[in-house]
Amino acid sequence: MEPFVTHTGRVAALDRVNVDTDAIIPKQFLKRVERSGFGQFLFYDWRFQPDGSLNPDFELNQPHNAGATILLARHNFGCGSSREHAPWALADYGFRAILAPSFADIFYNNCFKNGILPIPLPETVVDELFAKSAAHTLTLTVDLQRQVIGDDAGWEIPFTVDPYRRHLLLAGLDDIGVTLQHTDAIDQYERQRA
Amino acid sequence: MAGKSLYEKIWEQHVVVDEAGKPTLLYIDLHLVHEVTSPQAFEGLRLHNRSVRRPEHTFATMDHNVPTDDPFTVLDPIAAKQIQTLVQNCNEFGVPLADLQSEDQGIVHVIGPELGLTLPGKTIVCGDSHTSTHGAFGALAFGIGTSEVEHVLATQCLWQKRSHTLRVHLTGVRRPGVTAKDIILGVIARYGVDFGSGYVLEFTGEVIRSMSMEERMTVCNMAIEAGARAGLIEPDQTTFEYLRGRRYAPRGEAFEQAVERWKALASDPDAVYDSTLAFDITDLSPQVTWGTNPAQGVGVDGVVPDPELLESETERRGALQALAYMGLQPGTPITEIAVQHVFIGSCTNSRIEDLRLAASIVRGRQVAASVRAMVVPGSKAVKRQAEAEGLHEVFRSAGFEWREPGCSSCLAMNPDVIPEGERCASTSNRNFEGRQGRGARTHLVSPATAAAAAIAGHFVDVAAYISREEAYVWNRS
Ligand code: SF4
Repeated sequence: MEPFVTHTGRVAALDRVNVDTDAIIPKQFLKRVERSGFGQFLFYDWRFQPDGSLNPDFELNQPHNAGATILLARHNFGCGSSREHAPWALADYGFRAILAPSFADIFYNNCFKNGILPIPLPETVVDELFAKSAAHTLTLTVDLQRQVIGDDAGWEIPFTVDPYRRHLLLAGLDDIGVTLQHTDAIDQYERQRA
Repeated sequence: MAGKSLYEKIWEQHVVVDEAGKPTLLYIDLHLVHEVTSPQAFEGLRLHNRSVRRPEHTFATMDHNVPTDDPFTVLDPIAAKQIQTLVQNCNEFGVPLADLQSEDQGIVHVIGPELGLTLPGKTIVCGDSHTSTHGAFGALAFGIGTSEVEHVLATQCLWQKRSHTLRVHLTGVRRPGVTAKDIILGVIARYGVDFGSGYVLEFTGEVIRSMSMEERMTVCNMAIEAGARAGLIEPDQTTFEYLRGRRYAPRGEAFEQAVERWKALASDPDAVYDSTLAFDITDLSPQVTWGTNPAQGVGVDGVVPDPELLESETERRGALQALAYMGLQPGTPITEIAVQHVFIGSCTNSRIEDLRLAASIVRGRQVAASVRAMVVPGSKAVKRQAEAEGLHEVFRSAGFEWREPGCSSCLAMNPDVIPEGERCASTSNRNFEGRQGRGARTHLVSPATAAAAAIAGHFVDVAAYISREEAYVWNRS
């Protein structure tokens, strides 16, 4: 997995609550047996018109959001199904961090496995970021080492991530590799239960 | 020292590694696998030269992609490839599989309990959010992503952080026509789609105790729609009777011993929960959702709400967006909403009791000419049982289509898609935009309400369709 240490990128603001995984990646695109190539289907029903052309009204299609790598969202982002295709699509599209007041549990977990940093922030901070991004093109730096988000004007806000998750992300470590170091403990557990 | 809750007891029995500053490594007793969320996990194993640690604790089936008219003719080549990939992966890694030919095939959350794979006190995971269903047996069951599917395949364990516990205490008496589905929809409508966030819910109270296992599964199935990590119900005599004689459940003396262990899982009377809420179902009517998340619902005797009157700005905006998508006007009585489709199925409501209930409403009546209605049994076993009871004839002669098992219109990854702009009374669990097809409008209801809507062509209070004798049955809690 690609490590996440610090990332600077443009912010795309998606001002909708309860964005569910069916919206992030509609089910007709879950049939692939690969992990890659899902970015083209991200937010498909919102991003494209029924005839396949771009929907000019959708947030990510607006010119100032081109090339955005940080997604700003609202409450309960990623609710719904457990499909990891949702973070795969977001990552493949180019997103490295998501800022929102809250995330759905399974989605939040899935992000970390794919090098995306989801950051829950107080609602007031999220409101402030929405206001900033409405006024001008917003670029933020997410520093996982120091656990702060800042803009180039010196504005800064701290955040916290579970220390273990932070460690894995900073080092780009594969969970399974870590667990296999505990094989003795797993063997022992199985013997005891048998 | 305070007593322990069911959740704490199961958790403690599954700790493999517990080190400071890290999540806990938890042992997984049962890993259910389906075709959509597993291909990349098996591929990951292959890339790293890893094997499946405990194939005997793993069980696979195919459900999401399966066409329900003719399961053997998968016209979509990509879906066919996904189904084929599962077969290959199960062969290569030695994982037991109920494939399309198998008599056991069905929706993963229907067959687990049916086969007795789901047992009290187990930890159960699946790459599917509705794994919460199995919590009805007092098993700690939750959905995981594909990376975690790979992790469990390779290690039979998962890194987990302990959740908070929330007790949802249900009291009161059901009105005729009110099912387990209405109760859980009612709770979510009252408390919202994320009241369970960060929690494992334990459902308690007389309402739960008097429910059958299938009703309890409906309740736990939708715990995820409240944002919860899992839903739990403590095992009792109803649970044990359901499990007795199931294929993979312990047998004979071993079963009696297991029952003693399972009884000890019950939450202690002095167990402490991080939070508790109490809900009285006495005034609850059959529920119908009007919006695009499961909390946007009202009683069938209600009206589509006016977004302007909702409490918070977030709710108001959500409701405006939902009404635009759903093509509904504030103030419209729910009973004036006409439906073009009725779908009875999904892991929420496709078990034999659901079909018996729907059939009791449909018997001797006709589906309205304007409605296309279908029943999709949750598994081959449910289908066999229903046919043995003649339910398929009841449905067919009323004008319903009688289908083969699968997820079907619940998420329409298969050919069972609801056309754009049309309305479906659905017994599934999600009414998200596009869930049943692009632009499709989903109203979540119980199997009883769905059956009544099929007959009437619009929503009706199903109580009007229930005879006096049947009403007696409803009132048993
Ligand atoms: S029936 Fe629906 S909710 Fe249940 S497993 Fe299938 S797709 Fe998921």
